[in-house]
Amino acid sequence: MATRTVTFEIKRQASPEAAAVWERFKLEWRPGMNVVSAMMEIARNPVTADGRPTTPIAYDSNCLEEICGSCAMRINGKARMACSALVDNLEQPIRVEPLTKFPLVRDLQVDRSVLFENLMRVKAWVPVDGTYDLGSGPRVYPQQQEANYPLSNCISCTCCMEVCPQFNDVTGFVGAATIAQVKLFNNHPTGKVYKEERLRALAGDGGIQECGFAQNCVEVCPKQIPLTNAISDVGRDVTAQKVKDWLKS
Amino acid sequence: MAAPRIIVVGGGLAGLAAVIKIAEAGGNVDLFSIVPVKRSHSVCAQGGINAAKNLKGEGDTTAQHFDDTIYGGDFLANQTPVKAMCEAAPAIIDLLDRMGVPFNRTPEGLLDFRRFGGTLYHRTAFAGATTGQQLLYALDEQVRRYEAEGKVHKFEGWEFLSAIIDGKGNARGIVAMNLRSMELKAFAADAIILATGGIGAIFGKSTNSVVCTGSAQSAVFQQGAYYANGEFIQVHPTCIPGEDKLRLMSESARGEGGRVWVPRTPGDKRAVKAIPESERFYFLEEWYPKYGNLVPRDVATRAIHKVVYEMGLGLDGQPMVYLDLTHIDRETLHYKLGGILEIYEKFVGVDPCVEPMKIFPGVHYTMGGLWVDFKQMTNIPGIFACGECEYQYHGANRLGANSLVSCIFGGFRAGPNAIEYAKSVPAVDGDGGAAAEVARQAEINGKLISNEGGENPFKLWRELGEAMTEHATVIRYNKDLKEADDKIVELIERYNRINLSDKSEWANTSFAFTRQLKNMLEISRTVVLGAILRDESRGAHYKPDFPDRKDERFLKTTKASFTGCAEGPKFEFEEVDTQYIKPRPRRYDAAK
Repeated sequence: MATRTVTFEIKRQASPEAAAVWERFKLEWRPGMNVVSAMMEIARNPVTADGRPTTPIAYDSNCLEEICGSCAMRINGKARMACSALVDNLEQPIRVEPLTKFPLVRDLQVDRSVLFENLMRVKAWVPVDGTYDLGSGPRVYPQQQEANYPLSNCISCTCCMEVCPQFNDVTGFVGAATIAQVKLFNNHPTGKVYKEERLRALAGDGGIQECGFAQNCVEVCPKQIPLTNAISDVGRDVTAQKVKDWLKS
Repeated sequence: MAAPRIIVVGGGLAGLAAVIKIAEAGGNVDLFSIVPVKRSHSVCAQGGINAAKNLKGEGDTTAQHFDDTIYGGDFLANQTPVKAMCEAAPAIIDLLDRMGVPFNRTPEGLLDFRRFGGTLYHRTAFAGATTGQQLLYALDEQVRRYEAEGKVHKFEGWEFLSAIIDGKGNARGIVAMNLRSMELKAFAADAIILATGGIGAIFGKSTNSVVCTGSAQSAVFQQGAYYANGEFIQVHPTCIPGEDKLRLMSESARGEGGRVWVPRTPGDKRAVKAIPESERFYFLEEWYPKYGNLVPRDVATRAIHKVVYEMGLGLDGQPMVYLDLTHIDRETLHYKLGGILEIYEKFVGVDPCVEPMKIFPGVHYTMGGLWVDFKQMTNIPGIFACGECEYQYHGANRLGANSLVSCIFGGFRAGPNAIEYAKSVPAVDGDGGAAAEVARQAEINGKLISNEGGENPFKLWRELGEAMTEHATVIRYNKDLKEADDKIVELIERYNRINLSDKSEWANTSFAFTRQLKNMLEISRTVVLGAILRDESRGAHYKPDFPDRKDERFLKTTKASFTGCAEGPKFEFEEVDTQYIKPRPRRYDAAK
């Protein structure tokens, strides 16, 4: 019986300056196979479909259960996590390429540090007084917890930024993930002490006004975070803050 | 005097906890991590974090938490630090709550708690079934705050290779490698803290993340640090087997009422729903009526092995049993366990609210680790360790939801203790040995990149994982362990003939992996040789030829030291601190 095979086409680029090339791989099908396990297989036997020796593919990965946010890439044109991309659910050849909106490092690795910089800009934290024992935290009712928990599930994969037409060098848009975190921390009883600062940080160029309501973000989010709701809510607050600041000035 | 400069290696819960304490005390921290710290393995923890807050009117106390932890660990843990951890746990939960962790709540707005393995109390605070993720994010956010203030400098994408140790034996910094430019560089520090997680990767597939290779702790082990209780590896009873890894199915599934069972008839072909209650074998509930499905992990794992391999009752003859949640309503399941149900559905394609999950045990947690004193310092002055990479809090078996608390508690201790040490350590002579250590690492790199031969590092890794999983997990025999050690020795020898297909000097991920592989091989020997020496059964370490616990001989910490000889590490035993709770037999078929 012939073994079932799986065909991959993977975009390779040795360095940011190097030219990109596509390589084709034919692998033995295995039950439960995903895009990451395929790349592990290639590392064990780095040979292309036409028998040419090559190198293991450089890619980011860590938890392999869609919670660390490392392995985002474009698979058959869609931005998604490679670990949860099961081969059986994908059309072949499976085309794998790096995210396009971030500086390329090598092969499928890109530099997504811009998201962490954005989180710093909007002070995405609760300013506790200190780590010593100050007793219990503020009361939070289950309804509030249920509203905040989904926002807190953001794995920083940046898929929402990748698919956003407005997320580019021209607009400098912060992207949906950061805006959702602003909503999360503005909702928190202690976190909201920075509410005004966060809203101002989203008020200027590259801020929330750049959103073009394409709604791609919410469709692609692997954690189903209500990103468009967050953008509307925070957008309203940013406008109110602008008016308030204008009246004061 | 200038503020002490501390290096923290690893940005999971333990590392970030240490960073926060140091920054808060006015110290400067350089934080090193292979991955952006927000992507650390702590995000994989699911079920919750233990603290005896006693919010359910059960009369729970920190003393009870302490007793459960010591008993669960089969009395191998030193009691002084465990006692301190259990006493500190309630305040740690409060702090996390203040930091904004979205813990599940009671209708009154208080923290909700659920049950977990090895205890009869509701002691586990949780945020859905993604508690580790939520805790890590809370600490990550606090660290980002200190980063914004300039007190923390992150080196993400730099891998720790070794400690810099001066002529007097004191640590003076680290050598790290940039994973993009492959540059080697020395970083000076007054003290260093390793918080580099578990060593699951030596078993090939485990529930651990890709970075959990144990490479950093192995490196300092090879530089003279003791490695303690290496033979104690936790195999979690409920995982989803996969091609690339074993995905954890949290103990919280059982904490919320999940039941483990198999059909009483071997190879029962009926659809699962067609099997009547009377023909289902709820073996944990039958064998352990008091704790039922919430026996500790080592006990549950051995029971599943027995049902599958001795009684031949695995589902369809396969090594799998059911973990059944279908009797619980969907809304409750979604609210309390959403994260893990999603994982099952995504990776298996079956809705666990409708059909029982099929699960099997998998390597999960490293109880052993770098030997540390009660101040979290290794035997190399200036090198501290906290979190899963050290051995101190879990004895022979870790209770579920104790890892998160031990990571944070350990980090909270290591940070201030490192500062105290750093303030008292004499000034360094010259470069403290930095140039020599960089040169040593450069030589290793040079040799590896130009090596000739026919070996592929990823194939060697697979062989290591297969040998370790087969011989050094749930059931252990000395003959098999010896075979595993022979295999490791063979792999160490073949390692010298690795020929990297990628010899480039930019973002060479297989090169970085191959460096880790050497360290994985060396640390693997502490696991199998430590297991050979321990002719008893205790916690996760089970030998059918020696089925009983033997306190006279083995109520002792195993300490391995690196020799560099072919015979492997040298072993010695150290007394265990049992001053608070007298060791007694450990059994879970009755209340203790």
